[in-house]
Amino acid sequence: MTPFTYSRAADTAEAVRRGTIPQARYLGGGTNLVDLMREEIERPDTLVDVTGLSHEIEELPGGGLRIGAGVRNTAVAEHRSVRSRYPALSRAIVSGASAQIRNMATVGGNLLQRTRCAYFYDEAGQCNKRSPGKGCDALEGFNRNHAILGASPACVAVHPSDMCVALVALDASVHLRGSAGVRHIPLTELHRLPGDQPHVETVLDPGELITAIELPPQPFAARSTYRKVRDRSSYAFALVSVAAALQIEDGHIRDVRIALGGVAHRPWRASRAEEVLRGGPVGAIAFAAAADAELADARPLSDNGFKIELARRTIIAVLGNLAGETA
Amino acid sequence: MSMTVNGAAVSLPDDPRVSLLDLLREYLHLPGTKKGCNQGACGACTVLVDGERILSCLALAVQFEGRSVTTIEGLGAPGSLHPLQQAFIEHDGFQCGYCTPGQICSAIGMAQEIRRGVPSHVTADLCTETISLSHDELRERMSGNLCRCGAHNGIVDAITEVFAEEDILAEAAE
Ligand SMILES: Cc1cc2nc3c(=O)[nH]c(=O)nc-3n(C[C@H](O)[C@H](O)[C@H](O)COP(=O)(O)OP(=O)(O)OC[C@H]3O[C@@H](n4cnc5c(N)ncnc54)[C@H](O)[C@@H]3O)c2cc1C
Ligand code: SF4
Ligand code: FES
Ligand code: FES
Repeated sequence: MTPFTYSRAADTAEAVRRGTIPQARYLGGGTNLVDLMREEIERPDTLVDVTGLSHEIEELPGGGLRIGAGVRNTAVAEHRSVRSRYPALSRAIVSGASAQIRNMATVGGNLLQRTRCAYFYDEAGQCNKRSPGKGCDALEGFNRNHAILGASPACVAVHPSDMCVALVALDASVHLRGSAGVRHIPLTELHRLPGDQPHVETVLDPGELITAIELPPQPFAARSTYRKVRDRSSYAFALVSVAAALQIEDGHIRDVRIALGGVAHRPWRASRAEEVLRGGPVGAIAFAAAADAELADARPLSDNGFKIELARRTIIAVLGNLAGETA
Repeated sequence: MSMTVNGAAVSLPDDPRVSLLDLLREYLHLPGTKKGCNQGACGACTVLVDGERILSCLALAVQFEGRSVTTIEGLGAPGSLHPLQQAFIEHDGFQCGYCTPGQICSAIGMAQEIRRGVPSHVTADLCTETISLSHDELRERMSGNLCRCGAHNGIVDAITEVFAEEDILAEAAE
């Protein structure tokens, strides 16, 4: 690990002041950053510990929730309002990592955790994310876990978070604070697709701090869920995952939210599938049509073609479950 | 800058690069906490911080200023074993023993989480008030602790016996 200085920020203004210098990084639980520093993939010279800031879950007037960036993943998953009003979020969190890691990991760190592409971690490999312009070994290498949607010839990695997939389905937004002031953006706009700059993973300005995420009121989110498909039944990253919420009225789909994980460089909001379903009939035929619409542009790599069919079946199964529950 | 380890005050390392795991093993000479993978994948380095289970390999020691850390050395000693240590012996809950300190710390943290009602991936009803320590719940909740020797059946039996005796459900209901 390269040497660095460590300090704890007393408030967000101080954090941003210290975090805006070039080689500074914010430190959450450290479960991703400390690992990447040990591998010398990240080499910050300044760590600003932000776990003491914004660690509350607040009820918002009108029925939403505001979750501080420093709240631990376990605390979000166990919160009564999250469990009853946004169950997909609890389910997504407890399907990720292990209990020990969830006790350490913060909301801010989970959002900004980096890909688990093996070549990104392997110093002997070529990786555009690690060394821009050097090439991407995953393109012709082991890419079983990689993207089927939104990838580019420069990078085919996926975003590994489960929590983010549920948040994207639930229309979450992110509160930010940088040296230029505060802003509030939809979570769907936080993460970038790789394009020709895969090392630029988000729209954050240098030193911009995540202070909170916000969940808008959404009565039908009480009927939401998360399903994760992986190589073993626990403690593994997703091959494919689906978060969804379904509102059925008079035998028709009044409204729906769907997001996919394990398929793209960002948590993937399935807007096309939602469009196909909204206002239409309930049932396996409609669910299959929606899945097909979403996956029409899916492109397999050498080892991950199975993900397209897996995503299709998982979307159909999750919608089927939700429809059964709401019937 | 200090923290508590097994009840004693210790000062934090000057070099912030020292992980909590290396502080325990190399600086404080408490080798009970094991280094398996050093990257969060095995659970051998599990310790309790203010009663919560965490991985000591993925955290810097300086992050724990003012906190109270408990390792396997703080739970029991020869002649006065923790009930879980005794149960692991009785149920053949280990072979090489490398994963055992992490398993035991993890089990204690898990019991806390169940008392608090934290749901798991296999909890059917997210809104339930009480969670029972079924076989499925136990296996899912302990899945962050790998055992290369495959002593899982003994591990599950040992943990089940101790927390059934403690009557974890009765405590949760209080
Ligand atoms: C073995 C293993 C298995 C895992 N399995 C899963 C899994 O199945 N599913 C899953 O979703 N995740 C999984 N994870 C990843 C885990 O969820 C993340 O490591 C964790 O969420 C990161 O949170 P943290 O607080 O520890 O982040 P840190 O490591 O502290 O930080 C991560 C990044 O976020 C930045 N950051 C932190 N807070 C802020 C803030 N407030 N504002 C701006 N930037 C910030 C840091 O600078 C850093 O770049 C796994 C991890 C391990 C080690
Ligand atoms: S897929 Fe992305 S992260 Fe993986 S090697 Fe290619 S450029 Fe690097
Ligand atoms: S040594 Fe910490 S998880 Fe393996
Ligand atoms: S007893 Fe050997 S690893 Fe578990």
